[in-house]
Order: sequence, then C-alpha cells, then structure tokens
Amino acid sequence: MNFRRMLLAASVSALAALPAFAAEPVKIGMITTLSGPAGYLGQDIRDGFMLALEEGKLGGVLVELVVEDDGLKPGQGKQIAERFLSENGIKLFTGIVFSNVAGATIPDIVDSGAFYVSPNAAPSNLAGKECNENYFVVSWQNDSLHESAGQNATNLGYKKAFVLAPNYQAGKDAIAGFKRYFKGEIAGEIYTRLDQTDFAAELAQVRAAKPDVVFQFHPGGLGITFLRQYEQSGLMKEIPMVVAEPSMDGVTLAAVGDAAIGLNVSSHWNSDFDNAANKKFMDAWNKTYNRPVTYYASQGYDAALAYASALKATRGNIDDADAFRDALRKADFESVRGKFAFGPNQHPVQNWYALKVEKGADGKPVLKTVGEVFKDHGDAYAADCKM
Amino acid sequence: MTLFLEQMLNGVQFGVMLFLLAAGLTLIFGIMGVINLAHGSIYMIGAYAGTWVATETGSFWLGIPAALAAAAFTGAAIEFLVVRRLYGRDHLDQVLATFGLILIFNQTITILFGRQPLFVSMPALLDGSVELLPGLVYPIYRLAIIAVGLLVALGLYLLINKTRIGMLVRAGSTNREMVRALGVDIRLLYTLVFGLGALLAGLAGFMAGPILAVQVGMGEQILITTFVVVVIGGVGSIRGAFFASLILGIVDTGLRAYLPGLLRQVMVGPEADALGAGISSMGIYLLMAIVLLIRPKGLFIRNS
Repeated sequence: MNFRRMLLAASVSALAALPAFAAEPVKIGMITTLSGPAGYLGQDIRDGFMLALEEGKLGGVLVELVVEDDGLKPGQGKQIAERFLSENGIKLFTGIVFSNVAGATIPDIVDSGAFYVSPNAAPSNLAGKECNENYFVVSWQNDSLHESAGQNATNLGYKKAFVLAPNYQAGKDAIAGFKRYFKGEIAGEIYTRLDQTDFAAELAQVRAAKPDVVFQFHPGGLGITFLRQYEQSGLMKEIPMVVAEPSMDGVTLAAVGDAAIGLNVSSHWNSDFDNAANKKFMDAWNKTYNRPVTYYASQGYDAALAYASALKATRGNIDDADAFRDALRKADFESVRGKFAFGPNQHPVQNWYALKVEKGADGKPVLKTVGEVFKDHGDAYAADCKM
Repeated sequence: MTLFLEQMLNGVQFGVMLFLLAAGLTLIFGIMGVINLAHGSIYMIGAYAGTWVATETGSFWLGIPAALAAAAFTGAAIEFLVVRRLYGRDHLDQVLATFGLILIFNQTITILFGRQPLFVSMPALLDGSVELLPGLVYPIYRLAIIAVGLLVALGLYLLINKTRIGMLVRAGSTNREMVRALGVDIRLLYTLVFGLGALLAGLAGFMAGPILAVQVGMGEQILITTFVVVVIGGVGSIRGAFFASLILGIVDTGLRAYLPGLLRQVMVGPEADALGAGISSMGIYLLMAIVLLIRPKGLFIRNS
C-alpha cells in the first residue's frame, strides 16, 4: 500500500515537472505571405525568425515552427488560424505580413485565448479600441512609418510636398500619417492603382507641379517600378524624395540600384546599427542566406526574441496565460534596433532614424544611418486602448 | 500644352506595348479559337530570359535574341504539348488548361529565380531623355519602344496583307473550316501563328524589363488589359488590335492624368483624388462595356 502510494506520488511529481523538460516541443504557428510578388516579405520574416532559433530552441525551450502561406488572402489566413487552433492546438502565433490579412485573422486568434506577436502589420483599429491583452506588436504601428517620413521631410526643411500612394486603406493611411507631421503645404495628391505598372502619367503631373519634395508609398514591386521610372524621367536630379521604409527595403534597393542614390528614408532599424544584438543578427544572416537583408527579416528575428524571452521566463509553460503575458510585456530581450519597450497598447515605443542611400565601399548603393527623427515614439491610438 | 503632349506620348507608348501582346492573342483566339491565358506567362518568360542573358553577358542587345528565342520556343512547346489537344474542346477546358500553365510557369520561375524582382540596366545608347519641343523632355527609351511598336505594326500589316501566309491567316480568321477543307496544312499554320504571337509577347516582355519590375506574376497584370483590347478591337483582327491598343493606352493615361483634376472642380480635394483614381481604373472596362453595347463583335469587325 505504502509502496503504491509512493509510486503514485513519484509519477505525479514527474507529470508536474513535465512542461519544463518536455520532449514535446512548444508549437508556434506562423501564418505569412509566401507566394505572389510580395512573397519575399513573408520569406524574410520566416527566415529571420528561424535565425533566432538555437538548435531548435527559443529561450532554452524546444519549439516547433509550423509555417503556412496565406497567399495575401484574408479568408485563407482566417482558415489557417482556425485549423491551427482546433486541430494543431497551437497557442502561440506570429507571421502575418499584410494588414488586411491581420484584420481578418488576429481577432479570432486572441479571442480564443492564444497569443499573437506581430512581426509586421499593425492596423490602427487593433492598436486603439480593439486592442487585446494577448496581442503584441514588435514592428511598429502602421502610421508611425509615414509619420517618421513626414517629420523627416520637415527636418530637412522642405516646404512644398507632392504625395502619391496606391488607392487602398494602407495608401490612404500613409498619406494621412505623412501629413500629420509634415509642416509644409501639399502641392498635389495622387492615388495610384495597386496593380499599376507604369507611372509615366503621374510623373508628368509631378514635374508640372514643381514641388520641393516628393513623398511616395509603394510597397514591394510597385516601389521598384516607381523609383526606376522616377529616375529615368530625370526627376531624381530635379526633385528630391522622402520615403518610409516599406518603399525602400534591402531588396528594393538591390533591384533599383544606383537610381536610388540620394533618397531619404526613415526607419526604425537599419543593417548598419552598431549594437551587439544587431551584429549577431547580421553575421548570422550573411552566413546563412545569400541575399540582401530586409527590415522584415529583422522584425521576424525580434518576434522570435520576444517569444524566447517569455518562454525562458516561464520555462516553457504556456498554459499559465497570465504569467506568459506578464513575461512578454517586460520585453526582456536585446532588440536588433537597440532600445525597445512596449507601450500601454503593447505596441512598440522606439526611436526612428533618418537614413540616406549612398554609394557603398564596393560601389553598390547602401542605406546609411545619418540621424534621428523621433525619440521614444509611440502611436496616436494608445489612448483609445482600454485593457 | 507640353504636359498634354507628354501625356499623349505616354498613352501611345502604353498602347504599343499592349499591341505587341494583343496582336498574338487576337490571332490565336481568332484563327485557332483558343483562349490562351498563358499568353501573359510567355511575356514573363521573354522578360526573364532576356533580362537574365543581358545581366549575365552585360550586353542589353544580346538579351533581345534570347528573349525572342525563349518566348517562341515556349509558345511552340505550349502549342505542341497542350493546346493542340484542345482545339476541338470547349472554351472552358482551354481556360482550365492554360490557367494551369500559368501556375506551373509562375512556380517554375520562382524556383529558378526566386521571388525577388530582376532588373536589367538600360543600354547607354537609349539612356537619358531628349527635349522634343521646348519644355517637353521625354525618355529616349520610351520613344524607342514607340518606334519598335510601330515598326512591328507595319511589319505585321505587310505580312498579313501582302504574303501568302498572311492570306491564309486572314482566311483562317474568317472561316477556319473552309481553309481546312481546301487542303491547307492547318497544323503548320497554327504552330506558326502561335509561335509568332509568342515571339511578339516575348519582345514586349523584354522591352518592359528596364522600365517595369521583372517579377513573377507580371504577365497576369497586363493580360486582363490585353483581353480588353482584343474584345474592343474585335477578335482576330490585327488592325482592330492596333487601333484598340492605342485608344486604350490614350484613354487610360488621359483618365489617370486629368480625371482627378476635373473632379476637383466640383468636389473637395482628397475625395476627388480618391474618386478620380477609382473611376479612372474602371475606365477601360467602361469603354469595353460601351463598345460591346454598340458593336458586340468589336470596333473593327464588320457585322455580318
């Protein structure tokens, strides 16, 4: 009898200790965009995330990354999330690139009690009224990107700006964000098409309006095309341009080449940042992948570090959601961008920097950090968030 | 005034690019009765092959034969392996098969070249801009595209109207069955037409390279507009495709350039810009709907 009770007690204590030493890895579900022209965004987020894994572990806890392609379709993202939640029993999520997919998918995830750490998209509604205690963002709030460009243009002393963006929500947000911090006048405003490949008609209007500066937001392939045509039309020599980081990432820069020289970019991260975490990240990236690094990759890496910090603090026990959440909130990790903290709505409070495209040592254009735009910049929606 | 002329040139340049694609598409549809959705993929393959060779060899000019050869070869292969089995079949089967080809080509290109767009630098000869009129500065490369497009149009005109092959093509587009009944080797004619269409698509793809991003999915973006051209111009008519391309290019450019400004006369700034952008992106489809109402067979087909 005694012996049997002892055996039982032993097995119970073994069970209790299980989460910490479990052979069963903690599953992390990554829903991201891997196909289509914007496929490289998701690819870089995924590959950046994987760089943070040390022998398959995050914060000393064995993890299993399950990746699925949302194809930039909100419905598909939602379906994957449902499957991950019900069939795979996944509690930790990340990966979504685009705000439209995020808007359709994230509410389901966090409402079911699972966690989501965003490595990219952060639409305004989820930052304000619809914020959630299980929803964290390690990248930026969408508007901040363009607010920094507006401030950058003001700092550079431009008085008259011409603004262009595609005719969809993120494009309109971009122009609104830019105007919020740009102190000069707006000489003209054009909404382009999301599937547009030729901007000659718009460029002719820019030339006719004679502004001091052009602000444009065209992510991915659109931006490459726009910049190439801007340079070919001879405008680059006449009218300088300010952009936010989505219009000039590492891939865009490599594709546009010399045409981008002289461009003013504002960003929260750059490959030349001089801190230990970033050096480690850049070394690992260059050793592992033979392609230009983008800020998407840095955000994927930071998302992994954020999860690693919470997994380490809770020793891999994700069943106690409150403890896990508290650990995440501390943001106890060395971000590749340097200083990093979560604001009251669990979106970043961080510095923004002015970058300039210059000719590098090897003759290829590089993004060089030249100054600071914002210090400890949060977002405009935090006040609406009641947690 | 110079702004207006510049916008007209932009419209013509867009138009001739559309024409290079539409010419092949309308011939294939008109003569062979095949809806070829993979036409955009051939455009993409021409762009990738030409750009890759131009980057590897450092010579823009070597890219041209590479693009043409790759596109024509792909076109002939598609005809021989897939489309040949579909002549007698329903349009829906053709759409299904050629849509499948789009997926296969896109994925193959992704595996070979990755997702990141490719670029070819412009040849020194065509780089830069010229002042056509006082105040009217226009990129030389775009003028070159216009010139090549017009030359191709002239060449096609001569080919279709003055040669024996052209006669068969014209006959084929009017009455396929009769041409076959008269003992013409219709198979050879089909392969020739398909190859020619593919060649032109490849040329368009390569010429687009230095201006646009060479990326997976670039063909589908332009394919829809090309179909609109074919419908407006009339299926099977090269002349129709030529004029419809120019009309479409100019209408699309004109709407984008001037509609927001016109709307701003009657509305407040940002709303006018957003609405103008919305309407101008519908413009070519509205035009197509109007043409279909008035002349269901297209502008340049005589109603029988």
